[in-house]
Amino acid sequence: MSLNIVVVGHVDHGKSTVLGRLLYDTRSLPLGAVEKVKKIAHDTGKPFEYAYLLDAFEEEQQQGITIDTTQIQFATRKRDYIIIDAPGHKEFLKNMISGAANAQAALLVVDAKEGVQEQSKRHGYMLSLLGIRAVYVLINKMDLVGYDQHTFNDVAHDMKEFLASLGVSPLAYIPVSGLEGDNIAQLSPHTPWYKGESLLAALDLLPEGREATEKPLRLPIQDVYKFDARRIIAGRLEAGTIEPGDEIAIYPAGRTTVVTALPHWRENDKKTQAIAGESTGIQVRDEFFNKRGEIITKKGEKPPLVTRSLRASLFWLGKEPLLFHRKYKLKLATAEVEAELGAIVKIIDAAELKKQENRTEIRQNDVAEVVLKLKEEIACDLFTECPATGRFVLVDGYDVAGGGIVLAAEREDDKLREKTMKYIMEHLPYNGELTVIVEEGKVARLERVEKEVFSGLDGAGI
Amino acid sequence: MEHLDKLEADSIYILREAYKKLGKLGMLWSIGKDSTVLLWLTQKAFYGHSPFPFIHVDTKRKIPAMIAYRDKIAQEWGLELIVHTNQKAIDEGMGPEKGRLACCKALKTDALKEVVHAYGFDGLIVGVRRDEEGSRSKERVFSERQADDAWDYANQPPELWNQFKTDFPKGHHIRVHPLLAWNEIDIWEYIRRENIPIIDLYFAKNGKRYRSLGCACCTGQIDSTADTLDKIIEELKHTKTGERAGRKQDQEDSYAMQKLRKEGYM
Ligand SMILES: Nc1nc2c(ncn2[C@@H]2O[C@H](COP(=O)(O)OP(=O)(O)OP(=O)(O)O)[C@@H](O)[C@H]2O)c(=O)[nH]1
Ligand SMILES: [Mg+2]
Repeated sequence: MSLNIVVVGHVDHGKSTVLGRLLYDTRSLPLGAVEKVKKIAHDTGKPFEYAYLLDAFEEEQQQGITIDTTQIQFATRKRDYIIIDAPGHKEFLKNMISGAANAQAALLVVDAKEGVQEQSKRHGYMLSLLGIRAVYVLINKMDLVGYDQHTFNDVAHDMKEFLASLGVSPLAYIPVSGLEGDNIAQLSPHTPWYKGESLLAALDLLPEGREATEKPLRLPIQDVYKFDARRIIAGRLEAGTIEPGDEIAIYPAGRTTVVTALPHWRENDKKTQAIAGESTGIQVRDEFFNKRGEIITKKGEKPPLVTRSLRASLFWLGKEPLLFHRKYKLKLATAEVEAELGAIVKIIDAAELKKQENRTEIRQNDVAEVVLKLKEEIACDLFTECPATGRFVLVDGYDVAGGGIVLAAEREDDKLREKTMKYIMEHLPYNGELTVIVEEGKVARLERVEKEVFSGLDGAGI
Repeated sequence: MEHLDKLEADSIYILREAYKKLGKLGMLWSIGKDSTVLLWLTQKAFYGHSPFPFIHVDTKRKIPAMIAYRDKIAQEWGLELIVHTNQKAIDEGMGPEKGRLACCKALKTDALKEVVHAYGFDGLIVGVRRDEEGSRSKERVFSERQADDAWDYANQPPELWNQFKTDFPKGHHIRVHPLLAWNEIDIWEYIRRENIPIIDLYFAKNGKRYRSLGCACCTGQIDSTADTLDKIIEELKHTKTGERAGRKQDQEDSYAMQKLRKEGYM
């Protein structure tokens, strides 16, 4: 299986150039591609740019900037890679995230002359939020600073300090020049003081991800088919394995049944077991109503969380801010549910790591910790336990406007609140609107529903 | 998981998403290797069923063997096949002599638009791959087309974690690209593994073969002695020319494909 690597960093720091150079020096490009870029350079009278090998859009080449992400396949003797070039301009953060969300590892490119800039930090933060831990920092354009070791050390030091505060520790810092090819496909004579690997060699040292097969079964139901006599529950295994005879529990309801068969099309497709990553289908003994969005798990294995209230780390990409009292569609694995902002725990300036207080909306490119209220219960996991069922997107109108990872599910609190509310309604002659505030698993107090209850300073109003 | 198994699983996931989430759905079948792989994946995803029609945009300039093969497979597999031609443009004399890009636009893009609107498709499954050419390398898996079929490529919405674009205004449609992550060699290795029946124009005869299929007028053959699947795969592992080098419309302009695709070309 191939390893996906995203290239991120501040605008113009040389991401596309480094990548174009890597592909060029390893002869990974079809002849046509290089000829085409040469012709464009010739026609426009501009110098040959390695970046054009990736920046295919006319607008990108004219402006010398990456707009949208590109995925390119690349192979070494050791394994196959998919390298994802991401844009560095702040305006295209949504495209950077589309690229980074598919990656298991990252190259963070920093210009040796300009040093650490706003998007170097913001992208670093996004990597940590997306759970990408395998990171190389490339200090690029070393040719512009005379291959100076001290400059390299200073920039590396700044980046290291920032990343350390996020809990990210890069595997290595590599001095490179995308333009000249130093330390890209092979070590350069210009940096005798550098004792590490070239980028190419470093890629092959990246660790493989852990097999999801060994984790508890997670099979989100994608659809239920009845094309012929068979009733088939279809979906892709996000973790674990499944086979006929397995006792399964289907959440959020938690109903149990037994797998009777793994149906197939041709004889060749017949299988005795389906494993993580496979798109499969199962037939079950008890044919109760199943619907898309439910998660199939194995009885006896760790169950998923079931909740109507998610505490999450979230990034917002929408032009319109994320607001209280507005309905969004939350999509998590195959589940879809109406969601509302319940509380803003904190908003973080991803470039400065400063907490921003007293805000009642989450704006474009903000990162925040929030509580989301869901209209119905869903099954999910903590992101750290099962990424595929622990992350979600929020749809605002027609577009995905944000995404996030599950930090905690707050189920018991919900129940307690509901029970208390019911008691109040039955026993007290109260006809206004009330909110039950639960703290540390106990009813702390009641509050009239007013604005500040929802504006949620540091978790109040949850 | 093996490489081909992973590609297969993810493509099936995408096909199933399209079937579940998009209202009226159709699949473009160009008779070529990629869309024939799509046809095969559809049978797998839906356990021997094809729950949507297959559309062939016929320019009347296709290599004749393609049409014979199309009709044979459609009959054998019991496919619901929609064949559409922009007859008006042909009657008015449209052809590559009028300019290759103008011809592609009239006989392919416009014909495709006519089918989409005549049948009211919400989703169109297309077998394009990222490695084919630049503008395709920037595509999303679910890619929205506006009411006039235009692709707003400079402003694509985020697509992450397999959460595809399934919300869009009425009149727009979604191009679904299940093969985006495959490359040319993956396609051939999968055809070999699965023993998928493929049109024989791809196999060398008298020192020449087609690497990419299109209209007879604008599709060139390459020099090749690869007359078996094994030999084709071996040849591709060593070639340094682009797959679409034989497609004359691509060579008209540095950004030919971007321009065509912006207007709704596949
Ligand atoms: N001197 C020198 N110039 C470089 C080097 N790497 C990139 N450049 C130049 O820096 C400019 C920006 O390079 P790109 O590769 O487009 O930068 P990018 O990081 O991909 O930019 P965005 O994708 O728009 O964020 C181009 O003009 C490159 O030629 C380098 O190592 N040395
Ligand atoms: Mg770039």
